[in-house]
Amino acid sequence: MTTHVLLIDDEQEFVTTLAERLDIRGFSTATAEDGDTGLALIRQETFDVVILDLLMPGMNGLETLKHIRHIAPELPVILLTGHGSTREGMEGMRLGAVDYLMKPLAIEDLLDKLKEVVAS
Amino acid sequence: MWTIRSFIDKIDDLFSRGADSPGHYRNLTRNIIITMLVVTITPLTVMGILNHFQYGRHLQNELITPLANTVSKAKHSFELFFEERLSTVRFIANAYDFEELNDSRTLHHLLRILKTELGGFVDLAIINADGDLVSYAGPYNLAGKNYASQRSFQEVLVKGSYISNVFMGHRQLPHIVLAVQRYTDDGTNWIIRATIDTERFYTLLGSLRLSPQSDAFLVNSEGIMQTNSALYGKTLKACRLTIPTGTRSTFVSETTDPDGRQILLACSGFNNADYVLVIAKPRSVVLRSWYALKSDALLVYALSLLVIIFMVVKMTGTLVRRIKESDERRETALTELQHNQKLSSIGRLAAGVAHEINNPLAIINEKAGLMNDLVAAGEDFPHRKRLAELTEAIIGSVSRCKTITHRLLGFARKLDTLMEPLSINEILKEVMGFLEREALYRQLDVSIDLDPSLADILSDRGQLQQVFLNLLTNAFAAVEDGGTVRLASMPAQGKGVTVTVADNGCGMTEDVAKRIFDPFFSTKKGNGTGLGLSITYGILKKLGGTITLNTRQGEGTTFTVTLPDKPPADTQKGGPTP
Repeated sequence: MTTHVLLIDDEQEFVTTLAERLDIRGFSTATAEDGDTGLALIRQETFDVVILDLLMPGMNGLETLKHIRHIAPELPVILLTGHGSTREGMEGMRLGAVDYLMKPLAIEDLLDKLKEVVAS
Repeated sequence: MWTIRSFIDKIDDLFSRGADSPGHYRNLTRNIIITMLVVTITPLTVMGILNHFQYGRHLQNELITPLANTVSKAKHSFELFFEERLSTVRFIANAYDFEELNDSRTLHHLLRILKTELGGFVDLAIINADGDLVSYAGPYNLAGKNYASQRSFQEVLVKGSYISNVFMGHRQLPHIVLAVQRYTDDGTNWIIRATIDTERFYTLLGSLRLSPQSDAFLVNSEGIMQTNSALYGKTLKACRLTIPTGTRSTFVSETTDPDGRQILLACSGFNNADYVLVIAKPRSVVLRSWYALKSDALLVYALSLLVIIFMVVKMTGTLVRRIKESDERRETALTELQHNQKLSSIGRLAAGVAHEINNPLAIINEKAGLMNDLVAAGEDFPHRKRLAELTEAIIGSVSRCKTITHRLLGFARKLDTLMEPLSINEILKEVMGFLEREALYRQLDVSIDLDPSLADILSDRGQLQQVFLNLLTNAFAAVEDGGTVRLASMPAQGKGVTVTVADNGCGMTEDVAKRIFDPFFSTKKGNGTGLGLSITYGILKKLGGTITLNTRQGEGTTFTVTLPDKPPADTQKGGPTP
């Protein structure tokens, strides 16, 4: 069974490229440009995991996370942060995210995390 | 002026404690001391001088008046003595006829009564109008002697009575003569003359009870001594003192005697005889109490002066030191504020740039990654291996850029105090990360000995990064290429952690070590702002930590930082940020 991954990030170039790389590795992916679109997709489809950027225009990552927790309390979320600090990441984990990763990503780290999440 | 100048310099030195105190505080200290001394000592001195003169004048009057009174009273006693005897002789002259007194038995009878009742009478004589002594009662045989040419005879004829000056009698004893003229009803006149010894003078003078240094005596208007004086001549010799004898009044004058003593001379001339009573008292005796008072007052003045100077100097020292400390605190605070404002703007700019770059970097990273993925998954083609290497190189460079942007973002956040549980070892590793390259280039022997068992402490990550970056940068600056820098962490006594940063560099002198935490103090000639350690000190103080150093010139320096497990209450509550 393929793992269905939702990527939410306002940076189109980034999110599509990352989705493609995951597709190559056997994941099925969907992308959303902002929190609202992402939440709409979660309502429509069933995802195994969500990869969520923290810094987005409009509804930011942490708010989106709160909504996801509301809609799908069991859905695992991995956060991405562009900040050099762990502060937002910690905050996100407090709100129920599985883990956080710093952008730019090392693809191996992301794959490890995805494996962990799917396994659990 | 030179001595005042050197005195002022001494005062300055006293307060600068040998250190190179800024001229401003030296001037302040000096001005306060001088002003306070002037406003306290001047009134004291003026009051002292005024009191001295006022009291001196008053006291002199108080002492001189009694002396004048004494001499005046004593003179009255003498006058009374003379008057008493003169009255007695006058009584005899009036009570007896010439014939009765011409009888030597009557005269002897009277002399005996006088000797027993009054004392001092030596003889009695009756002299007729021609000056012949016609009757005599006494120890000498003077019958038939003519007195017409004698002064006493002349004077008694003119004045009716006469008191002589002292003269030596036949037995070489000082005497005086009292003579009274008697006019009879039939127009003839005769004189009754009595001789008195002068023993009673000494009784009267003795009753003055003068001190041994003082003297009292009688002189006549020609300055001939009428009694013996211990200091100024024997009876009938010229008085060694110049006595102003022209007046009958009583007065006191100051003069110097032939022996050079300062004396107070009290003189009083007799009304009924040619005598002046003189009392000579040394000035020092008279004014002894005044001198005693004066020396006491001088002592009190000197002591007051010492106390005032001591207190003024001491208080000014404390005052100026406090002002200086407060100035320094304010200056440090201001400096830290300015510095942090500067850091803050640079930090914000850096954070903005880093953040903007981070997103494109993430895209480059993913694109390069995808390229790599595609190359790996696709069929073989020329340069496939080369292309894979190139994309890997791109990913590697992106990774390096990521380190830089994250570091910039991390530093930008240090400016706000944010207390969080943190591992001191992690911070030390992070900071060392910045300096790795320098250590490598300079071939420094950097040893890191971190205690892995250290518990997390509640503190500010950014501020601590700055503290250890400062200390390590200094250590790196202190050592030569190839030198040794040792970084170690360990549990502190009680709660908290201790970090030591040691180098084997140039070290510093004791003087430099004393001032190393002062703002703007730098030994990096022209390169340092002198703020690094000052800010380090300020941050540690705010976080409840301490910093000490152990240094020896030429052997290296060890800084020891101790941090509590949690910051002081006011800092935790988001108190003053630097």
